[in-house]
Amino acid sequence: MRFIGKPLVFGLSLTPFAWLVAATFGVYGLSLGANPVETLLEDFGTLGLRFTMFALAVTPLRRLTGLNWIAQFRRMIGLFAAFYVTLHFAVYLVLDQGLALAPVIEDIVKRPYITLGMIALVLLLAMTATSTLAARRRLGKRWQKLHNSVYLVGILGVWHYWWQVKSDITEPAIYAAVLTGLLGIRVFWRWQRQRRVKPPVAAASPQSAA
Amino acid sequence: MLIKRPDPIRPSEITSESNYLNRRQLMAGLAAGIALPACSPQAAELPAEGELANVAKSPYSTDETPNSYEDVTTYNNFYELGTGKSDPARNAQYLKPRPWSIEVSGAAENTGTFDLEDFIKPHQLEERIYRLRCVEAWSMVVPWVGIPLGDILKRFKPTSDAKYVAFKPLVAPEQLPGQRYRTLAWPYREGLTIAEAMHPLTIMAVGVYGRVLPNQNGAPMRLVVPWKYGFKSIKSIVSISFERNEPATSWNMSQPREYGFYANVNPEVDHPRWSQATERRIGGGLFAPRIDTQPFNGYGQEVASLYDGLDLRRYF
Ligand code: HEM
Repeated sequence: MRFIGKPLVFGLSLTPFAWLVAATFGVYGLSLGANPVETLLEDFGTLGLRFTMFALAVTPLRRLTGLNWIAQFRRMIGLFAAFYVTLHFAVYLVLDQGLALAPVIEDIVKRPYITLGMIALVLLLAMTATSTLAARRRLGKRWQKLHNSVYLVGILGVWHYWWQVKSDITEPAIYAAVLTGLLGIRVFWRWQRQRRVKPPVAAASPQSAA
Repeated sequence: MLIKRPDPIRPSEITSESNYLNRRQLMAGLAAGIALPACSPQAAELPAEGELANVAKSPYSTDETPNSYEDVTTYNNFYELGTGKSDPARNAQYLKPRPWSIEVSGAAENTGTFDLEDFIKPHQLEERIYRLRCVEAWSMVVPWVGIPLGDILKRFKPTSDAKYVAFKPLVAPEQLPGQRYRTLAWPYREGLTIAEAMHPLTIMAVGVYGRVLPNQNGAPMRLVVPWKYGFKSIKSIVSISFERNEPATSWNMSQPREYGFYANVNPEVDHPRWSQATERRIGGGLFAPRIDTQPFNGYGQEVASLYDGLDLRRYF
């Protein structure tokens, strides 16, 4: 598992991309349907959000199961999140808006759900640019701070999705529930840690969990 | 009723086959002292499926190329059959559009419950090739088959109290499984002013592409109001009511800031969350650019006068 793990995760992560490329060219009778631009836009957006969730799931999964070796996949999964969100943005910019800058700027400024998406994209790209070991050494403490923004990307991604739905919020609500679990367990662990470290008087205050 | 040409003749229309036929038909009608087709109706037969017979052409049809039958029947919104755009086609088998009856009520002399066949029979079926603009900023060209709604409504002799017409579809979660979820308050409700309902562009559609309307498109009969966003064109209608006051409408009830009663296509009034200035025409493939949205979906010549003096930003 140690040796085939990374190529395996890489291959699995790339499969939906390969599938969509095949559908774009009509390979094996696959098709993107009546509105191919919308299909690509929505599928890449969904993949970006899912991979953000997968990246956020690695640490809780590792701690709950003791499978410590899965930590090695975290960076790759995070990079795939950035990959799919970048494609999502590229489809929006090139195929949907036809590179017409005025409407794109109007969207980013006037439509809050797009503003949120844009902030999340910038954060993901900043994390991508500093994903190497060298960058990690160079940035020191600030690296961790920057990369903690993956929590924010998760929140912004779900919010972005929630805000654009016309009336059926089932799907964004499912993502919101999963995200709440992934962030909630971290808050819980931190609260437990603080209780252990701090003297009993300070720990009595429930606000320390927040 | 005399048929007025809806548009000044554009050069592109002169060579169009369907318009050539229309003009010939119109002239033949005029020569005989009548105007086709409304004054020489062929009793409409409405089979449960398959081809529709005796469908007249109409000068109100656009000469734009219609979308494929597949696009029209696999990509649409019909929340009663699911909220995804391929859900209606996937869940279509649950709906049973025969037998079907329609209740007509409210401010009219002839009210009551009518069989679908009797409802349709006195009229001439017409093909109407219309642009359809969804509020979600995509569009299609659809060759509907239907009957001018006004011709149908007149038979019920609406009284002077009838200022609006309200429509409702079937409520039956076993046939329309989307009604199990409260994505909207069921029944779906839509309405028109009486002038909009009587306008010759407004039709009750019973078919598409010369065939009986498939379930996913709102069988057995649905409204088509081509200058309004698609959600006004309510599907699978079982109730028509003449009203004195503006009826409540579903999307307006759900999000009053986003969807108005009028819902006229208007590139200048954005949806709060997206622009309505342009639209994506389905069928163009990956690299087709968006096209500009036209006021009243390009039917302004015919319908703009209905809204004289109305502030279209306020009454969106
Ligand atoms: C510059 C940044 C972004 C832009 C301009 C953008 C734009 C859009 C647009 C236009 C839609 C389609 C809305 C519709 O169908 O009505 C969409 C959907 C979506 N986006 Fe984004 N987005 C951005 C960033 C993101 C990010 C960072 C994520 C996730 C982490 C994301 C996840 C999604 C999801 C999940 C959907 C819904 C897909 C569906 O309907 O199934 N987007 N986005």
